[in-house]
Amino acid sequence: MRSLIDILELSAEEIADLVATAEDIIANPQKYAEACRGKKLATLFFEPSTRTRLSFEAAMYELGGQVLGFSEAASSSASKGESVSDTVKVVSCYADIIAMRHPKEGAPLVASMKADVPVINAGDGGHNHPTQTLADLLTIWREKGRFTDLTIGLCGDLKFGRTVHSLIAAMSRYANVKFVLVSPEELKLPSYVKKDILQKKGVPYAQTTDLESVMPELDVLYMTRVQRERFFNEDEYVRLKDSYILTPEKLKTAKDSLSILHPLPRVNEISVAIDDDPRACYFKQALNGKYMRMALILKLLGVEV
Amino acid sequence: MNIDAIRNGIVIDHIRAGKGMEIYRLLNLEALDCSVALIKNAPSGKMGRKDIIKIDRALDVDLNALGYIDPDITINVIVEGVLTEKRHPELPETITNIIRCKNPRCITTTEQELPQVFKLTDRENRVYRCLYCEGQAK
Repeated sequence: MRSLIDILELSAEEIADLVATAEDIIANPQKYAEACRGKKLATLFFEPSTRTRLSFEAAMYELGGQVLGFSEAASSSASKGESVSDTVKVVSCYADIIAMRHPKEGAPLVASMKADVPVINAGDGGHNHPTQTLADLLTIWREKGRFTDLTIGLCGDLKFGRTVHSLIAAMSRYANVKFVLVSPEELKLPSYVKKDILQKKGVPYAQTTDLESVMPELDVLYMTRVQRERFFNEDEYVRLKDSYILTPEKLKTAKDSLSILHPLPRVNEISVAIDDDPRACYFKQALNGKYMRMALILKLLGVEV
Repeated sequence: MNIDAIRNGIVIDHIRAGKGMEIYRLLNLEALDCSVALIKNAPSGKMGRKDIIKIDRALDVDLNALGYIDPDITINVIVEGVLTEKRHPELPETITNIIRCKNPRCITTTEQELPQVFKLTDRENRVYRCLYCEGQAK
């Protein structure tokens, strides 16, 4: 039995297989409509995350399966003081696979050690969010047709942005990928990510505080939100939240082939005026997330179609 | 100061001065009923001062855990009055329940019955990270 806690647990070959399955689901949805008939997905969301939960639930319904669970800790037995281990042992009796979101880092790993069914990490604090990375990867694949030979700009909160760390880890495995890190000084990529991933693998990267100066060289621009929930200090959040706002003006020097990604939800870091620009991919990215979650559920349940 | 030579047991030598009590507690030596000597601030040619622990019994514990606390210590194993093994502890791949994770967002802060497990992620720089949140040990 296998779980998915960290994106790096999937090899590059397994990512390629998931992408191929997702492409096949997109091309032939009817073929998969009954694939998980009789199977149940438990969505254990100890922290609200409407879009991730709905994406998992839609994925399971489209595979013909069923869904049970809760959407916040207050409506779970965690509010009575039950441990994660006990919760997943009980839920293992009722469901075939678990998707867990938890505010504490490492909670899904604990769950995977105790559960009798596969556990998918649907986000643990500022730590990992592997299915978001799967959505990002499918979007890059569908927009670019490759994972190699890309200059990827990452902009905004690179310190607490777990999706950024996971995307860097996943994309560092492909040839001729370069990263451009754009952030205010206070939200720079942590040195351990640079050291343990980029420097260790010899992946080229540049750091800047100026988005416009690097815009012309980017193939992919990954925007992120400065997340209020990652700050202990409200003043610090207010000071940094408007650091980068992407506007049509700033896109003037960008390539026509640029792909703009954002894990969503956005607040104001991408102007709505960009939504109709053909380079905006963030809503397609949300849809791609559902397809990759479908492919992942099939893989972890060992369902062959 | 004289302490009798031990016949079957372990001498943990070259402990950095002041660290002896930490190792004493880590190995739970207060629970032993054999002779145990903790020598503090013994003169040392190469270290100036050092701590030494002598235990008059073979211990069934993984002494490599000591490598995390002080990699320079020497473990001498004495059998029938003869020194049979002299080695430095290796930096352990995993340490359990020796240090606690300081990350306030880590699951171990709310579920305190979980074992505190750290993995060696960078041998050269002696970096350990929490198994659960991957926070660096401090």
